[in-house]
Amino acid sequence: MGLFDKLKRGLEKTKQILRTDVRDLFRSGQILDDSLLQDFEARLIRTDMGVTAAGRITARLRADHGGRTVDVDAVWKTVRDEMIDLLKGTDGIRWDLSNPLSPIMKAASGPTVILVAGVNGVGKTTSIAKLTNLLMKNGHKVVLAAGDTFRAAAVEQLTMWSERLGCPIVRKESNSDPAAVAFEGVQKAVETGADYLIVDTAGRLQTQKNLMDELEKIRRVMRKIIPDAPHESLLVLDATTGQNGLSQAKSFSQAIGCTGLILSKLDGTARGGVVVAIRQEMGFPVKYIGVGEQVDDLELFDPEGFVDALFAK
Amino acid sequence: MFENITQSLGKAFSAFRGTGKITESNIRDGMQQVRTALLEADVAYDVVQDFVKRATEEAIGEKVLKSLRPEEQIVGIVHQQLIDLMGPVDHSLAIKRDGISIIMMCGLQGSGKTTTCGKLARRLKEAGHSPFLVAADLQRPAAIEQLKVIGGQVGCPVYAEDPKTSNPVQVCKNGVKEAKRVGAKVVILDTAGRLHVDAALMKELQQIDSSVAPDQALLVCDAMTGQDAVNSAKAFNDALELDGVILTKLDGDTRGGAALSVKAVTGVPIKFIGVGEQLDRLEEFHPDRMAGRILGMGDIVSLFEKAQKEFDEEDMLRQQEKMQQGKFTLEDFRKQMRQIKKLGSMREIMKMIPGMGAIVDQMGDLNPEDDMRRIEGIINSMTPKERQNPDVIDRGRRNRIACGSGVQPADVNKLLKDFSAMGKMMQGMSSMGLRDRMRAVKGMADGGFMNPGAELMEKKMRSTRGPLNQDEAREKKKKQKKEAQKAKKRNRKK
Repeated sequence: MGLFDKLKRGLEKTKQILRTDVRDLFRSGQILDDSLLQDFEARLIRTDMGVTAAGRITARLRADHGGRTVDVDAVWKTVRDEMIDLLKGTDGIRWDLSNPLSPIMKAASGPTVILVAGVNGVGKTTSIAKLTNLLMKNGHKVVLAAGDTFRAAAVEQLTMWSERLGCPIVRKESNSDPAAVAFEGVQKAVETGADYLIVDTAGRLQTQKNLMDELEKIRRVMRKIIPDAPHESLLVLDATTGQNGLSQAKSFSQAIGCTGLILSKLDGTARGGVVVAIRQEMGFPVKYIGVGEQVDDLELFDPEGFVDALFAK
Repeated sequence: MFENITQSLGKAFSAFRGTGKITESNIRDGMQQVRTALLEADVAYDVVQDFVKRATEEAIGEKVLKSLRPEEQIVGIVHQQLIDLMGPVDHSLAIKRDGISIIMMCGLQGSGKTTTCGKLARRLKEAGHSPFLVAADLQRPAAIEQLKVIGGQVGCPVYAEDPKTSNPVQVCKNGVKEAKRVGAKVVILDTAGRLHVDAALMKELQQIDSSVAPDQALLVCDAMTGQDAVNSAKAFNDALELDGVILTKLDGDTRGGAALSVKAVTGVPIKFIGVGEQLDRLEEFHPDRMAGRILGMGDIVSLFEKAQKEFDEEDMLRQQEKMQQGKFTLEDFRKQMRQIKKLGSMREIMKMIPGMGAIVDQMGDLNPEDDMRRIEGIINSMTPKERQNPDVIDRGRRNRIACGSGVQPADVNKLLKDFSAMGKMMQGMSSMGLRDRMRAVKGMADGGFMNPGAELMEKKMRSTRGPLNQDEAREKKKKQKKEAQKAKKRNRKK
């Protein structure tokens, strides 16, 4: 099942929002007036993309089509192009749908280190399990490091996953230093000749200075063994998150230099539109999306599919 | 982002102030700012539309039109309306005097149910009840272990079954039975996180509801939720008839518009808010503070309460006295700095003070914490004697301190200079009334107190009543006069 179908299946569950797509809102022959545009803006805002981005798209629509009779195909094209432009950005990242690992940067030699961070309860550990599964299915050797030593039973949670997936895990007792766990993880990955090391971290709110410093430390310590680690710093973002997602992206990026997002929980009614604002302001793209609770419910992000799904029927 | 809606409203109106008249259409324009602010705070779109419409109607009245500061009037109206919408409060958990009370927690994945269960249990225990936790989350790996650990921390029993052979409905039933057997008073059911669109799991929730008949069904909702908050809250309310909402993760910098959305669509009161990962971080919900937060207006009451909790009152009084007598030492200074640190980051603190939000923006990437840490390092490198009496610090000592704390000797010097300037300022301040003191603090802020780059130099104190130490000044003047006369004589002799 491709991304599109899966996303759509996720969206099937919804009953209220965005059932009607652009074609339903704009009918051929109508005049594209302010009230119509306002309705459209409301729809955009409901995806959580924020007032600024929604305003930009609406303004574009107003400039191109305002006051004229609606040509549905042209309107749809304008909206779609604008959104895809916003999401694709200019840094040339490509999501190759035939290769699900295409957005992950690969280390020149030795293990590729992936650091995963995010606020509490966004689904970091589950996303790691899904990512591990994806990597292993593609024939790679993965080592996990259980860096969430703070939350009760978080280490157990990841350990259970590692047993289910059958990959080695580095762990320490709870409340030990997460940087030490990460360090040992790197050591183990190098020793065993693993292809990937995925480091879990405890959930933290981006306003907690000392915890953000801790993240920096994890990064610093890993660099003692592999100077360019982590090759990927992924921020996990809950699709239900509103405008605070932007603040999360800013702060986490400051601490660990985020290279991409995993947008989780897209199987609900939330659209995760805030990634549009994040792409625009912070520059880093969505790499994967979580579309369910099963371990293979991790999909490669695809801007075109995402925009279509955003307005899917 | 909006930091202060009053400011942006002020901007919107200042354009018209020149013409001398605020009209109805100006107010509508101003209301657009309110609308944007609410949307930026993640209040649901429809709720915002309704709200703005109602607030506009109220604002278009004589009072605002004739007011000198219409932005303040409007913000006042908006603020009050927000409070009305989010109130009235109801912090009760409907604990029965005799018999067993059952509280069921539900919510989306990752909203913080399990942690909140622990917080509630702790709160109930402190209030003299005997809570009992039931681990009905059989979905997430290690969720049962998490609840057990939390139960251990609170010191309350946890009931769990093997997830392979049981189901959530059965666990809840058996859990309540077990609670009755051990004589617990309040049972808290920790259900698995679920999507509101997952029909099967929502049905399971209803089954639990009908089989154990909880007295309270509480929805745990992440305060950072965006527009989707209305959908999930509505679905849970339709399925369960919620009795209350607990808003979590409010210790971050989210504006928490979800609070308004959830209350507006479900009508269910928000009972508590989670403000930290520790189990004691559960507070009662106050609509007035939340309203201020949604509008980005600062929250001095919460700051005050927080300070009261963290600071030792006697210690504060002692320090105050010391300040008045001008005996405030570096030791005290360090102590105070540590206390302030406990309150949270400087940025966070300042955002809570009305009017200071704008300064936070001006600071940009400047980080007062780093500066505070360096200062603490310098003080740490002094001997107790030096801290008591900084005057003994000579060149040698200064170099030693600089070496010890990894700074330049000039930095040590600057700290000492700033400190003596501050001491004088404080001495002056402590003799002022509250009003003057507030003004002085504001003056300090304007003068770059929060800007680590700016030097906090000793400013000459001028006042209409003349210098503070009049006698000294008089002596000084006399001396100067005498000297001048002597000089004159000398000159004449030549």
